[in-house]
Amino acid sequence: MSHEFLNLLPVLMPVPPLIAFFLIVLFTNRVRWLSHTIAVLATVICVVFGVILLTEGWHMGSHDLAHHPVGESTLWLPIDGVSHWFKMGGMMDPLTMGMLFFVPIAIFCIVFYSIGYMGYGTSHVDKYYSRFFAFLSLFAAGMFTLVVADNLLLLFVGWEVMGLCSYLLIGFWYDKNYKDPNQITPRQAAVKAFITTRIGDVLMLLGIAYLYTQAGTLSFSEILRNEEMLHQLAAATVPGLGISVAGLIGLLLFAGTVGKSAQFPLHVWLPDAMEGPTPVSAMIHSAAMVSAGVYMVVRMFPLLSAGWHHNGPPTAPMVAMGLIGAFTALFASTIAVAQNDIKRVLAYSTIAQLGYMIAALGVGAFIAAAFHLVTHAFFKALLFLGSGSVIHGMEHGAHHTHDHDTDAQDMMNMGGLKSKMPWTFWTFLIGGMALSGLPLITAGFWSKDEILAESFTAMIHGEGGMGVLGAWVFILLAVSAALTAFYTMRQIGLTFIGKPRTKLAEHAHESTWTMILPLVILAIFAVAAGWLGIPDDFLGIEWGEINTFHHFVGAALIEHPAGVLFNWIPLLTSILVVGLGLYGGYLVYWQRPVEEGAPDPIVERLGPTHEVLKNKYYFDEFYDKYFIEPTKYVAAKIVYEWMDRKIIDGFLHAVGKGTEAVAHRFRQFDTIVINGGVDWLKDRFLDFAQAIRSFQTGKVQEYLWHSLIMAWAFAVLLVLVLSR
Amino acid sequence: MIYAVFVLFVLMILGGGIGVVTSRNIIRAAAALILSLFGVAGLYVLLEAGFMAAVQILVYIGAIAILIIFTVMMTQRATDPTRLMFNTQWQWSLAVAVVFLLLLVYTLNLVWPFTTSAETVASTGDVTFELGRALMDPEGFVLPFEVASILLLGAMVGALAVARERHDDEEE
Amino acid sequence: MVPLSWYLIVSALLFCIGVFGVLARRNAIAILMSIELMLNAVNLNLIALWRYNFPEYPTGLAFAVFVFVVAAAEAAVGLALIISIYRQRRHVVVEDMDLLKF
Repeated sequence: MSHEFLNLLPVLMPVPPLIAFFLIVLFTNRVRWLSHTIAVLATVICVVFGVILLTEGWHMGSHDLAHHPVGESTLWLPIDGVSHWFKMGGMMDPLTMGMLFFVPIAIFCIVFYSIGYMGYGTSHVDKYYSRFFAFLSLFAAGMFTLVVADNLLLLFVGWEVMGLCSYLLIGFWYDKNYKDPNQITPRQAAVKAFITTRIGDVLMLLGIAYLYTQAGTLSFSEILRNEEMLHQLAAATVPGLGISVAGLIGLLLFAGTVGKSAQFPLHVWLPDAMEGPTPVSAMIHSAAMVSAGVYMVVRMFPLLSAGWHHNGPPTAPMVAMGLIGAFTALFASTIAVAQNDIKRVLAYSTIAQLGYMIAALGVGAFIAAAFHLVTHAFFKALLFLGSGSVIHGMEHGAHHTHDHDTDAQDMMNMGGLKSKMPWTFWTFLIGGMALSGLPLITAGFWSKDEILAESFTAMIHGEGGMGVLGAWVFILLAVSAALTAFYTMRQIGLTFIGKPRTKLAEHAHESTWTMILPLVILAIFAVAAGWLGIPDDFLGIEWGEINTFHHFVGAALIEHPAGVLFNWIPLLTSILVVGLGLYGGYLVYWQRPVEEGAPDPIVERLGPTHEVLKNKYYFDEFYDKYFIEPTKYVAAKIVYEWMDRKIIDGFLHAVGKGTEAVAHRFRQFDTIVINGGVDWLKDRFLDFAQAIRSFQTGKVQEYLWHSLIMAWAFAVLLVLVLSR
Repeated sequence: MIYAVFVLFVLMILGGGIGVVTSRNIIRAAAALILSLFGVAGLYVLLEAGFMAAVQILVYIGAIAILIIFTVMMTQRATDPTRLMFNTQWQWSLAVAVVFLLLLVYTLNLVWPFTTSAETVASTGDVTFELGRALMDPEGFVLPFEVASILLLGAMVGALAVARERHDDEEE
Repeated sequence: MVPLSWYLIVSALLFCIGVFGVLARRNAIAILMSIELMLNAVNLNLIALWRYNFPEYPTGLAFAVFVFVVAAAEAAVGLALIISIYRQRRHVVVEDMDLLKF
């Protein structure tokens, strides 16, 4: 493997899916099998590239890789004449390696799954089949661009491409309408997603611009590994506000993540994004988009934490992340408990898990956050694809019974699918356990546990405000973990356990192998990936350097972070809350499965709270009333009617009238002066002609007379001349 | 002696001329014309161009004047509608003619000044013979002579064509 | 002999009388007669000048002969025309023949 080729590989990562996008859009749109083959092939190439890069990175070792990232960049924009150039390129450093571990394989699984999901080979194949694969490819290209970018601007490019693709994919079934006007259509959901994330994106762009003016560069290696630069940025303070430059930049960048990763208060778009096809939900909400948000803050962590030392007082961005992240985790978990749509539960669960990651960064647990990002991608993708399989089965049942009114996604309509769809059940169970954090054997446990451990340490040993922040994070995340386990058991119980509650569930059957295979692959990772992050001193025993993830990815920072010392309390807390949640869920939903027609048991237990939770704390209504309606009003009344019609159109009309008046004057001038002048001339000519006419009398003698006069005159002239 | 004859002939010419232009009666005008033509013939004799005098009498008086009289006879009506002799602009014409005359006289005077003394002039030789020979001479005037005969032919044919009686079934 | 200028003056007078007649007479035949007067004046001029300047050459006479010829031809055709017109209009007053009027 030549050195040049290796260095080119990171740059090449986004290329196969991008080419796939163009090929499908331009050429193979009509040919279904060719479209999905191209898309799958592109992702396979990416997986291969990823494997090559991972191998190479492993060989180089983390320290070498950190100091000399594999990659290539090129001069892009000349600045200040040609003295200084902005460079763009791709690179792979230890953190990227972590990302490249899961992104290609997750994307491959999703694209492959889509073949079966979009109904290839069946009678109800989706009518926009090829378009889906085109958009998925574009999405993949955007994600890869973001992951391998070596500067913040290119990362933002990938960020925005994914924003566009999320709009395109959420609104994929753009012509789908519902009878209930309050139910959000795919079109509306797409717009909602785009606009909500836009709010975050604008702030992020401001942060990027501000960073550029302060640092003069956006390249990761020049900012994040440059101690001097970081010190400078941390030391300088923003005039007016009481925080450092680095702090303000960090807050602005974090705002982007709040939008993209659906944190409170910009979380509202994510549940409605479920209107898109299930692979899209898997893509967006596990493998790609939301991970991008977390990846960005993880990548920029040195900047966000500039001036912070381990267990020291948190910087402003860290405070924001800790507060918002932990709050979001709890907030979303409570809502998830009261949701009946199988995908919505997973959506809120995603929001909560992202909150986990961000809260981890808040307390300085850089590696734990990255680790959880990786494991979450696997089991969340698994859960989403699994739910897609369930929905497919239910819809098959709907087809069979000709009942198209019952909602195939409502868990209250399911039940007993364990026997009907065994593969789906077991893989879903594995994913669910990983999500809950079942100890030792699931990946989710290891990553979640590490976060709890870090926050506990911060709580105990933290100075300044770190102690309080740590406590906040630890407690909220623990409670949230309990709820997570509970609603996961609820979900599995309602869907798979007991007897079918409707005819749809009765007639459901297992999905095709193209859908099952990715589930199995992801299930394996959901279990095994966690073992990369077992702490070196787990249970107090020195196992040696087994925490591969920690050691490898940790090298990405200038100062290799030390792992937290093992403590029994977070471990026990973790096991306790998980146990409580699982047992509680088991009691309510497994022991006595819900009967056909019976209501959800927790409805009466929670009473009025249930309504609030079910309606997501009425946030959508709140935003609608206080943000959207006023904006619409401003748009309609002020901008449109007043500015556009009265002022601008008025000005245009005035110009128009003025021009008309001027033209009218010109016309008058033309008519009177020019036409009149010419006509007057014509009349004089006619008069002259009339006068001359009288010569032609027709009488010969008069003609002779005239000629004689002329001859006489001529003769006189001649005589006069001659006599001289 | 010659002067007297000259003056006589001149009187005939001018008298005849004035008669032509001032006679109400066309026949009288024709008669005056004949008188005038005789005067001119006489002057030709004085100028020792006897042949010309003879041709004048034969052609002009004997043919043209007779022709005119014929035409007068053919175009006169018992009740002649025009008792007027001159047209509407005769004063102007008179003025023009007078001025023209003055002009001519003045111009002639420039080259051949008016004198009353006699002039001597060379003799002519056999003028008629010479004229005859010149008219037949190829290096002379035989061509114009032939052309003139064609002209006469044309005039004859033309006059016939114009003036003949047309019957009802013929086109004009 | 009589001075040449006398002949020329006479011919000028005759000519002008003829001019007056052509311009002023109403009757077409009278006009023709006036034209004959003019032609005669020209002929007189020619022969007088011949006699006084080039008596040995017959050129002047030849010219005068041709003038005779043309005058005769013209008189013939003109009179034929007058007859033709008379047939149409029953009179030969030239002033009334203004068909070529504008």
